[in-house]
Amino acid sequence: MPFIPHTEQEIREMLDTIGVNAIEDLFDEIPPGLRCGELERVPPALSEMEVGQLMGRRAREDGQPVCFIGAGAYDHHIPAAVWQLTTRGEFYSAYTPYQAEASQGTLQLVYEYQSMMTALTAMDVSNASLYDGASALAEAVLMAVRFNRKSKSRRVLIPRSVHPAYRRVVHNIVRNQGIELVELAYDPVGGHIDPALLEPYSGQDITALVIPQPNFFGVLEEVDALTDWAHANKALAIGVVNPLALSVLTPPGEWGEQGADICCGEGQPLGAPLSSGGPYFGFMCCRRALVRQMPGRIIGRTLDLDGKTGYSLTLQAREQHIRRSKATSNICTNQGLMVTAATIHMALLGSEGLARVAAACHANTAGLVARLSCIEGVEPLFDRPVFHERVFCLPVAANSLLRSLAAHNVLGGFDLARDYPELGSAILVCATEKRSDEEMNAFADKLERVIGMQAGAPCQLQPKDW
Amino acid sequence: MMMSLIHEQSKPGRRATSQAPLSKADLQGIPDRFLRRAPAALPEVSEMQVVRHYTRLSQKNFSIDTQFYPLGSCTMKYNPRGANELAMLPGILARHPEAPDSHSQGFMACLYELQEMLIELTGMRAVSLSPAAGAQGEFAGVAMIRAYHEARGDTERSEILVPDAAHGTNPASAIMCGYQVREIPTGSDGDVDVEALKQVLGPQTAGIMLTNPSTLGVFDRRIGEIAGLVHQAGGLLYYDGANLNAILGKVRPGDMGFDVIHINLHKTFSTPHGGGGPGSGPVGVSERLAPFLPVPMVARDGDAYHWLTEAERPQSIGRLSAFAGNAGVLLRAFVYARMLGREGMPRVAEYSTLNANYLLKRLQQIGFDAAYPERRATHEFIITLRRQAKELGVNTMDFAKRLLDYGFHAPTTYFPLLVPECLLIEPTETEDKATLDGFVAAMQAIQEEAETDPERVTGAPHTLPVKRLDDVRAARELDLAWGPGGE
Repeated sequence: MPFIPHTEQEIREMLDTIGVNAIEDLFDEIPPGLRCGELERVPPALSEMEVGQLMGRRAREDGQPVCFIGAGAYDHHIPAAVWQLTTRGEFYSAYTPYQAEASQGTLQLVYEYQSMMTALTAMDVSNASLYDGASALAEAVLMAVRFNRKSKSRRVLIPRSVHPAYRRVVHNIVRNQGIELVELAYDPVGGHIDPALLEPYSGQDITALVIPQPNFFGVLEEVDALTDWAHANKALAIGVVNPLALSVLTPPGEWGEQGADICCGEGQPLGAPLSSGGPYFGFMCCRRALVRQMPGRIIGRTLDLDGKTGYSLTLQAREQHIRRSKATSNICTNQGLMVTAATIHMALLGSEGLARVAAACHANTAGLVARLSCIEGVEPLFDRPVFHERVFCLPVAANSLLRSLAAHNVLGGFDLARDYPELGSAILVCATEKRSDEEMNAFADKLERVIGMQAGAPCQLQPKDW
Repeated sequence: MMMSLIHEQSKPGRRATSQAPLSKADLQGIPDRFLRRAPAALPEVSEMQVVRHYTRLSQKNFSIDTQFYPLGSCTMKYNPRGANELAMLPGILARHPEAPDSHSQGFMACLYELQEMLIELTGMRAVSLSPAAGAQGEFAGVAMIRAYHEARGDTERSEILVPDAAHGTNPASAIMCGYQVREIPTGSDGDVDVEALKQVLGPQTAGIMLTNPSTLGVFDRRIGEIAGLVHQAGGLLYYDGANLNAILGKVRPGDMGFDVIHINLHKTFSTPHGGGGPGSGPVGVSERLAPFLPVPMVARDGDAYHWLTEAERPQSIGRLSAFAGNAGVLLRAFVYARMLGREGMPRVAEYSTLNANYLLKRLQQIGFDAAYPERRATHEFIITLRRQAKELGVNTMDFAKRLLDYGFHAPTTYFPLLVPECLLIEPTETEDKATLDGFVAAMQAIQEEAETDPERVTGAPHTLPVKRLDDVRAARELDLAWGPGGE
């Protein structure tokens, strides 16, 4: 019996101890009419080897295309030590550290994680993680509304330059709590939130302003001016940031005069493989004054009975297992294992290593932009500075172009048509540090040919050269 | 052994790793005003220091791989290594969440088949795999209940009923969906007090959230009657799948009358708990709630798979994470389910129930008090140490801490709240008889210590890296991050 160690003799002894004849007797309190029959739609068992062959086949079926998509999930190198350590059984198969004395490994690690995240963001406090970047933003909005009690409007401004899936998730999670989400237009030339666009809201009762850095288009926002505008209007400033970018960009704690109040984002660039979108982890940091409104687990350093340093879950009175219906959030299980990976990842790379990765991605994307811009009809959009991602307008329909590229094993970017129809045929492109010159040249080559074919221009090379 | 923080092992200027690019590229095009002025204070340590530090830290954890971990309602069973390895095949890790369908058929086949298996195992009509954990599954479930009532123009329903034995996430999730929560008492036999339920059901009832078997470790025998009453009042029934391990392949929530369910894959389907996650909380629904399921979902058309998103499912409560939930956890659950197969599913319920009833009986035989001695245990059970606390001054937390010295992770303590001085014990099906006997021997030894040398127990643990921690100090003198100046 897979994973069940009982021998026939042990089963007999155990049943005798209990005082029943058969295992079936142990289910005698369940009304017989409710019992189910055979599970026809569950296939028969496979051995580990057979499932391995199945999974191997399916992994091969999906190919390993060369990926130029970013859009919130980035293909970075992960040091070998990260997952070798993370999948040690003592990390992998433990649970939430309720028994602190028997969980000092995980607890100290999360304290180190919190220390690294506060250093990276220049904020005072970090929690121990949330599900992903999108749900972290939803929790940040709820937290801002709880904290900013002077604001009665429960109005939160969210720019359209925030990741479209994040905006949907925020809407879906906060919709039943009487919160008004107001979408802000982006500047069509710069692709950023022009602080002037906020003027209509000046003097109004606004609870919080969400500020992405970089924004979904890769464009850098004027975070100082936006943060100062929020504070001048008694609104909280919520940063949504790429943690890798923070190794080179101004951290949210230093935005404007006072810094952001809350920052959150997707932790995936810190050691989580792409893995079809998860598991990743959401991070959240805040100013000290907001800590009691923070959702999720927080680890504190304290002393034991002998005065020795130790770590434990703290401020648990915020949480559902203590406060039930009055908790700051319903979150229980978070993304602990991903935080384990991120902590080891950050320790291995250090701030210099992270900054080198960030700069390499930025330089690769800049190189790709230069190559693609030479193609007739392919125009980089938005004239503002970007970080490691860029929007391009195309002379042909993006969806069929991306399909053609995919047929040649290149994922050429994220199609913006669904979320930003006003941009026409446009794609969002990213080249991380993993993309080689050869891959980028091949991408530019294929893009040019596909456009040539789709625009009806003569194709000068034979398909076999692809 | 005291262990320094990784930060305290740092030396300025140390660069001993080869993980980053060998030189630093120019940040061309980014004006100075956007750039960080000083580097983040991250540790500067060698690869070996990192490996040694985190290996040693790991050794300070109890885990399933190293200890019996009978944490009630958490289903800490063995996490097969094969499931981990196969979910981390290079091709699987490399797949971008926005990869087109042409490069996703293998991945989507796994998800589709997992959906199908969960539909069969729960007796529901349709499943969405996207919620990232049990609590997010609960949120999705209650949000669907709300969407259902609203779609019918039935907008006066404002209450979700929750038994007093429920997990804290239940009331917290209902509140996040804009409902008020009303608690239902439990009868003296451990089942929901049906008379009390009748008193509170009415046109304001949106639904009820139940765990069956409940967190009291008993199967609610009147579930059919409860379902009838709630439906009669126009409410819907939510099934918290935290305890699905007890009934897998034996009884299906759909057949009990539930309209919506979440499943904790990190419990019943043996994906790792990871020191606190990631979990995964797929939701299943009956026919009438199907249009509201969260996206994305996977559909099959002939031999080809495709995503169902907001466009195809306009009544959906929408997406709850940026992509498709905790995909890698779903794949681990898929591999586990395929290894168990049809015949292995009911065995999970059978042997987890056998282990729980055996352990309960043995503990009773040596004098411990069951909270519900007249009832059959399910996959877990409660003993109460009220007597020991009163007569010996040794309480549940003392027993729990002393168990750590004996090399066992403590059961869940002081939950559910309605049984005083309780231990909620869930041995799971993957433990053998000798381990259970060892646990019984430890409990017996602790009982003897409590009688003859109570300080030995109240002062426990004695053998772990730290003694009991000052939680009051932790909350009052908040120290939540290391600072370069030292705090």
